[in-house]
This record gives sequence, C-alpha cells and structure tokens, in this order.
Amino acid sequence: MRGRTLLIAAAVLALLVALPWIGVPIPGLFERSLDAPGTLNVLALCFVFGTLALSYDLLFGYVGLLSFGHALYFANGAYVFAIALTRWHVGLPAALALTALAAFLLPLALGAICLRMRDIPFAMVTLAFAEAGSILVMQNPLGLTGGEEGLALSADALPAALVGVPNTHNLYWIALALLIVAYAVARRAVDSPAGHVWQAIRENERRVAVLGLNPYGFKLGAFVLSAMIAAAAGVVYVLLQGGANPQITTSGFTLALLVMVVLGGVGTLWGAVLGGIVYEYLDFRLVALANAPVLQAFPAVVRIPLSEPLFLLGLLFIVLVLFVPGGFGGLVRRRAPAAP
Amino acid sequence: MSDVVLLLITGLGLGALYFLVAAGLSLIWGLMRVLNFAHGAFFTVGAYAGWTASTALPSASPWLSWSISLVAGIAAGGVFATLTEVVLIRPLYARPVGQVLVTVGVSLCALALVEGTYGNDPKQILLPDALTGTTTILGAAITNARLLVIFAAALVLVLLLLFLSRTRYGLIVRAGVENRAMVEALGIDVQRAFTLVFAIGGMAAGLGGVLAGAYYGTIDPSRGTSMLIFAFIVTVIGGLGSIGGSAVAAVLVGVLQQFLNFYAAAGVGDFAVVALLAVVLLVRPGGIAGSAPT
Repeated sequence: MRGRTLLIAAAVLALLVALPWIGVPIPGLFERSLDAPGTLNVLALCFVFGTLALSYDLLFGYVGLLSFGHALYFANGAYVFAIALTRWHVGLPAALALTALAAFLLPLALGAICLRMRDIPFAMVTLAFAEAGSILVMQNPLGLTGGEEGLALSADALPAALVGVPNTHNLYWIALALLIVAYAVARRAVDSPAGHVWQAIRENERRVAVLGLNPYGFKLGAFVLSAMIAAAAGVVYVLLQGGANPQITTSGFTLALLVMVVLGGVGTLWGAVLGGIVYEYLDFRLVALANAPVLQAFPAVVRIPLSEPLFLLGLLFIVLVLFVPGGFGGLVRRRAPAAP
Repeated sequence: MSDVVLLLITGLGLGALYFLVAAGLSLIWGLMRVLNFAHGAFFTVGAYAGWTASTALPSASPWLSWSISLVAGIAAGGVFATLTEVVLIRPLYARPVGQVLVTVGVSLCALALVEGTYGNDPKQILLPDALTGTTTILGAAITNARLLVIFAAALVLVLLLLFLSRTRYGLIVRAGVENRAMVEALGIDVQRAFTLVFAIGGMAAGLGGVLAGAYYGTIDPSRGTSMLIFAFIVTVIGGLGSIGGSAVAAVLVGVLQQFLNFYAAAGVGDFAVVALLAVVLLVRPGGIAGSAPT
C-alpha cells in the first residue's frame, strides 16, 4: 500500500514538473493549452495557495490553534520582499535575507503575546493584530506600502529569467518547488518528536503540561514555523503577481484560508494542499462562469448567486462543514479500506 | 472646546453602533459559546433591507419612509439570525468549531449576495430633514442623526438589561451564561433561549445597520465586516457575556478611536484600539466586567 502511494506521488510529481513542455489543451478545465503562460500562472498561484493552506493546517489541524490572523504572516513575507526590492533597491539576495529575518521575528514577537491566550480569546487577538497590520498597509507609512494601490515590483530589480510572460514557466517551477519543500518540511516537523507533542496539545493541553512539558514553547515553535512557510509563499506570490496588494492583508483573506483548509480536510497535510489548490482554481474558474454568456439568459434570482464566486464557495463550505466534516481528505480516508 | 464636544459625541455615536453589534455577539458567546462571524452579515442585511423597503414603498412623508426602513431592518436582521440558528447552528451543537465555521460560511454567502444584488458602490440614504439638521451643544454643531443613534443604543441597552433582569427568559439566559449544564440539568429548555438570543442579537444588529446608514449617510457592503471586527474587540475588552461591560467598552473604543484619529493621524485611533485590546487581555484576560476566562 505504502509503495503504491509513493509511486503515485512520484508519477504526479513528474507530470507536474514536465507540464510546461506538454502543449495539450484540456477543454473544460482550462481555456488554453497546458503550456500557455496563462494556464501556468494559474497553476503556480494554486501551488502558492496550496502552500499557504498547508501552513495554516500545520497550526489549526495539528496544534489545534484557530488563528484568525494568518494572512498577516503571508502579507509580511510579500510586503517586506516587495519593499526591500523596489523601495530600498537592495538586490535579490539581500531582499530574501531581509524577508527571512522579518518572517522569523514578527511571528516570534506577536506569537509570544497571542499565545498567552487560549481558544477563542487567542483567535480574537490574532484577528486584532492582523487588522492592525491591514490598517498599517492601507495607511501607506512613509510611502512604503503603496496603500490601496498596492506595490508593483519594478522589473529591473529581478533577474531577467523571472520577468515577463515568456518566462512564466520559471515561476511555475519555483512555485512547484516551494510547495514540495514546504510539504517536506511540514511532514518532517509533524513526524518529529515536537510534532507529536503538538498533536498531544491539540488533544489535551493540560495533560501535556502535567507530563512536564511546556506547551507554550511548543506552540510558539509551531506558530513561528507556520508563519515562516506562509511568508515564503508570500514571496513567491509577489513574484507571480508582479507586486503586493492590500487584499492579502484583510481578515477576509484569512477566512478564505480557513475555507481552503476545511475544504481539504483539517489535520491532513495533503488534504490542506489540495484544498488550497481547488479553492484557488474554483475562485478563478467561477469568475469565468460569472461572465459566461449562458448565464445572462437566466432571471436575476438565479443569475446573481451564480455570478458571485464567493457565494458558491461559501455555500460549498457550509455544505462540507455540515455533511462532510473531514473535507476531501476525510472522504478518501472513509473510502479506503481499514489498515491491516 | 467645540472640537472636543464634537469628537466626544461622534465617538459616542460610533460606540453606540459598536454596542448594537457587540451586544448580540456577547450574549451569543456567553450563552452558547459560539463565536458568531455572521453577525456582520446581520448588520449588512438589516441595512440593505431598510434601504430596499424605503425605496420600494415611497411615501409622502420622509419620516414614515424612514420608520418603515427601521422596522424592515430590525425584522430582516431578526429573521435572518433566527434562520441561521435554527437551520445551521442547531445541527452542530456537538461540534463547537463546526459552529464557528458555519457562521463564517454564512457571512461569506450573505456578503456575496448583497454585493451581487446591490453592487459595491455606496447607496445614499434619504433622511427626514429633522435628522440631517444640526443641534448646537456647547458650541458644537452636531447632526441630529448622531444624537438619535446614541439615544437608540441607550434605549436598547436599557431594554436588554430590563429583559435580562425582569423576565423569565432573561433569567434563563443569565443562568445559562453562568452555567449552561446546570440549567439543562434543572429541566429547562435552553434551546429556546438560544434561538431567542440569536433573534435578539440579529434584531439589534439589523437596527445597527439602519442606524449606521443614518450616521454615515450611506450604506455599503463592506462596513459590516469592519463593524464586526471592532465589535469583537469591544466584546473582549468588555468581558464576553456581559452586556454592561460591552456598553462601557463600546463607548471607550469609539471615543478613543475618534480622538486619536483626529488629533494624531488617521488610522492611529484604529491602531490604538488594537493595542488597548492587547493590553487589556494581558493585564485582565477576562475583560473589564469578567473575572477569569473560562
């Protein structure tokens, strides 16, 4: 069984790596052929959101920490990287180093405060900090963040291989590499002794404390690791989108993350990745549906709900929460025969 | 001096709006331990129901038309909240996280529908002349609508306190906030109280939506979300489950926000509110009215 799973994973991976050379159109799924820059860009964004959902699941699914401020750490990576490149002109390596430093320090400081709370108060403090971050970005302090307009990357700050539509395949590979590395790191982390303590905290925190372990330190470790993965996803997001925009700082964005993770299955890493990919893909495709000429023929009662991607995603989310608590991951696990 | 009075009353008006949203949130959390993300949607639906009613039923008197929108907003908020509780939250009593998630889904759906139906642009609210006029208090010219918002929120506060202290259901709600398992063990049907609390919270939020239209002069789909976030902050600072605590915290937050946004810089007030939340939680985790968190 385990061997077969590995084989399937390797085959999927090989296919994904080779995708930019496969010029096959898949009608219905994508508008253009697979090697078209537009398709690759959408897929790369899907990988970024898969990574982000993975980092959120690490926190929510494995440690049981329901954060409503995860968008802040994604935006942290995106904005620090974009600011270092376009406002301070420090060059790519220094920008990456600066981003890594910020990606480590911010969650360390805020996590140290937030984790003094538990459960719902914890969720609310994370929400409040993320809101503060969002206000900060919108206020455009010192002209750094660009406020509502967002911050576009200047093309000359990047190596030529990462700029321009013909080079989309390079960005695609970067996004794929991000997802694979993040998955490997998360997998190692949850299988490590610390990972076992995380899951024990999720089940019964007091018991962990009674056993002589300090839950606070373990939770802070998970918080920082998850925030750093989110920041890495933020960097790749900026490369793909050619800049940072304030939508990624909002509480609505964190709620979208929550939807992704629940869609895919809380507490399974691959499920969360799948949830992020499917959410982003649906979000993209449902916009196309909204503009489809077929839809215009329907009366407003049918047309309006169908032309709002968020309505359909929200409805799907409610149905999943009510009837399929495990998400996609849970569905597959339920179908699979019990392990011997 | 007139600046200070103006800011104080504007801040009180903002606090009044926060209170109308926070009161329901706080009661729902206190009694049911549900963090209700759909509360911002109740607010928005109330605002748009009021606008729709007053434009669909044009009447000769602007007062009548505005009163209709007030009733429509309260009714829409109450009905929407009751339906949410009965249809979506009740099946999930055994799964607290599922309940929070479902309210997130409701808020996403409702917001998307409102945006799809009415568009993203703000809608102008038609108000009676008496409300757009001003009253001079200590040298500051205050729009009457703001005074009305403050008065209405104070009325809701008094009515809620009377309901909680004088009626049988109020007693059940108060007892449920203290110890839900014990109330159930005494053979009292707490579920009816759950629905009631949701209905009351939804009505207050719907009223808040219509009054916010009068306060700002316009309504737009995104205001409910920012109201919800500040109402969350207000409920935590006030102490979850306490109506009096929410009222005090709402005034504190609204006034602080207005003063700092004016005297420091735009945005500093919003920032300070978040900082206040962090300080309160670190110094006094149960909030102003609370003791230890449960």
